[in-house]
Amino acid sequence: MMEDSKNSRRKFLDKGLKIGFASAIGGLGLSQLSEKLGASNKANDGEKIELMTTDGSLIQVDASEVIEIEHSEDHDTKYNVREGFPNRKFVMVIDLAKCKNALKCVVACNKHHYVTGENAWLKVHKMQESKDTAPYWMPRTCMHCDQPACVTVCPVDATFKRRDGLVLIDNERCIGCRFCMAACPYSIRVFNWSEPEQGEMSEITLNMVDSCHDNPSIEYAGVPSRKGTPDKCDFCPHKIHENELPHCVTACPNGVFYFGDKYEDTVTNGEETLRLSKLLKDKAGYRLLEELGTSPSVYYLPPVNRLVEFDKGLENYKEFESVDKPYTFENPE
Amino acid sequence: MKNYDILVEHLAPKKFGKRGRIWVIFLVVVIVLGLIAYIDQIRQGQIVTNMRDYALWGIYISNFVFFVATSFVGSVTVAILRLTNNSWRTPLVRIAEIITFASIVMAGLTIMIDMGRPDRLLNLFIHARLQSPITWDVIIIPTTIALSFLLLYFPLLPDLGILKKYYEKTKPKFSKWYGKLSLNWTGSERQKSIQEKSIKIIAILIIPVSIILQTIDAWLFSTTYRIGWDSTNMGAYFISGAFVAGLGALVTMVYIIRRVRGLDHYITDYHFDKLGKFLGLACLTYLYFNINEYLIPIFTAPVEEDIHLNSLVFGEWAPLFWFSQIVGLVLPLVILLFKKGRRPGPMFIVGLMVVLGSWWKRYIIVIPTLLHPFLPIEGVPESWHHYFPSAHEWIITFATLAMALLIITLCVRYLPVIPIQRTADEKNMTTNKKTTES
Repeated sequence: MMEDSKNSRRKFLDKGLKIGFASAIGGLGLSQLSEKLGASNKANDGEKIELMTTDGSLIQVDASEVIEIEHSEDHDTKYNVREGFPNRKFVMVIDLAKCKNALKCVVACNKHHYVTGENAWLKVHKMQESKDTAPYWMPRTCMHCDQPACVTVCPVDATFKRRDGLVLIDNERCIGCRFCMAACPYSIRVFNWSEPEQGEMSEITLNMVDSCHDNPSIEYAGVPSRKGTPDKCDFCPHKIHENELPHCVTACPNGVFYFGDKYEDTVTNGEETLRLSKLLKDKAGYRLLEELGTSPSVYYLPPVNRLVEFDKGLENYKEFESVDKPYTFENPE
Repeated sequence: MKNYDILVEHLAPKKFGKRGRIWVIFLVVVIVLGLIAYIDQIRQGQIVTNMRDYALWGIYISNFVFFVATSFVGSVTVAILRLTNNSWRTPLVRIAEIITFASIVMAGLTIMIDMGRPDRLLNLFIHARLQSPITWDVIIIPTTIALSFLLLYFPLLPDLGILKKYYEKTKPKFSKWYGKLSLNWTGSERQKSIQEKSIKIIAILIIPVSIILQTIDAWLFSTTYRIGWDSTNMGAYFISGAFVAGLGALVTMVYIIRRVRGLDHYITDYHFDKLGKFLGLACLTYLYFNINEYLIPIFTAPVEEDIHLNSLVFGEWAPLFWFSQIVGLVLPLVILLFKKGRRPGPMFIVGLMVVLGSWWKRYIIVIPTLLHPFLPIEGVPESWHHYFPSAHEWIITFATLAMALLIITLCVRYLPVIPIQRTADEKNMTTNKKTTES
């Protein structure tokens, strides 16, 4: 009885194992075979399509592998004020050799940003490093740093950096602590200590009505100004949006300002368009207070080989001049 | 038991005399004026201050830093002296706790006065970003307010119980309130052990919390690219400065309260001597960090820092700088070295000197740096090159100081400024020998 049962069990195990092996090998073979068949099917199709990759080289791809996808609108075309323009990196080059303190940039900037009083965003400094070095005129905008100190210290994310490199202010969110102003090593921020007098601003108000944005003011990067919040140079995103150059660039009679895209490696002052990297290399471009590590987006070209004497600019120079207040009914002049 | 009754009689809150009433009315008037000035500031904007684009912070911030500094006293005297078993602290701790609470509440209020858009205060919570030192402040200041309130309140419980009994017949209304506030304190073993444990936890917690508070306060400045602020010394420098300012405020307050309330038997020369030595130690520590902050940078100062240091030591800011260094630090240190200098009278003068010096020291830390940026100040009106507070700023600042003093005054009026139960225990006046905590 005992032996019998032992035997039958042994037989059972033996058979079971054999069947198991056979099915495993068979399965493997089948799957391999089917794969080969499938592959030969595809190869027989043979139709190829030529495509260009993002870095510009041509490649061939099987037609069957090309799938049409819907163009993602959100990602590419829709302009989000906080995100900025995709795949751009805006830079400015200021050629100090050309600046004669004509101040047309300042006037244009004030006009188009409705700046009045003491709050000019763009200023031209009379600079001299030391007694023995030559004086020069230095227009100073926001540096739109890649490592912006102002953004780091903002407690409410009211000042923010976009993917296209612009550092902007949401003055509908700002609490007015002025930490950003304390943090900025370039001291470029100005504050609306009282209710800003900006006149009517029909252009911007109109655009705001058009855009029907919930919070339209950031669309125009801090315009209109708000009491108790800071302002600063915004690199004119409203102009970039329309594929135009910032106001200071177009207003300058001497072609001091170049504006462009670092990814495209080109900058233009409206008259000439140059390779950014070559320009910086040839003319020894530098950035202001590079040693602080803020890595600004504004480059300066040193004031060499100047065509016009520095003194010429002194005609326009005033220690300070308040920007004219706009004409309003409350404030007739 | 008779002694005990006299003790309670002595230490129970007293009604204001004529002087007290005038003092309170004066404080209220200053506060009301400040309120009017603040409403005007909100209406017109901060144009009413003399802060401008370069001097973008002014007296409000320096006053804030001062309040934060004086709030350090609770942690130093109560917690540190407690952990080091210094029993001379007994008659002084309550006053220190009151100063701490009043200062930190006013610090929180002062920082809001500086905001350009106080109407958007909630954004600090809605859109909070953790990497901003202001958010750290938003976290630590309410924490300190809560903790310093508990540090004041828990040790008060037995005293409130005593006052409930004391006023039972004379002023039943008062008695009822004290009874409620004492959370039905009976002095049972169980209550005592809970209270003891709670105080122990708070006293230990308050040390790191107030060190963090001082440090964050320092980091508000040292996290910026600014000459004179961008210093690794800042955290320790602020802590030691707070040590001095807080003790200075304590010495002054202790002297005044002792005079007004006639507590000469409880706060004796011995206590002033001890307090004087403690303040001397604080001044010495602060002097060390001052040398680190102002003397050592001279050796390697780049041009901008050289301009800054020069204007402090010899230039525009020299009078205030030397006032805060000599009157607020060196002279007190010298006076405190002598035994005669540590008697109540001279100590009061020293306390005043230290408080005044500390207040101006904050001003010297905040404002000159802002007027020495990396790039020259240009294209702004001449008046923006300098800063001195406007009438609005002075009135509002004095109102905040008055509010702090009013909180202290009201606490002195309604609370026993010297812990009754603990004093009784120490003098073996009660049948129950187990000491209570304070």
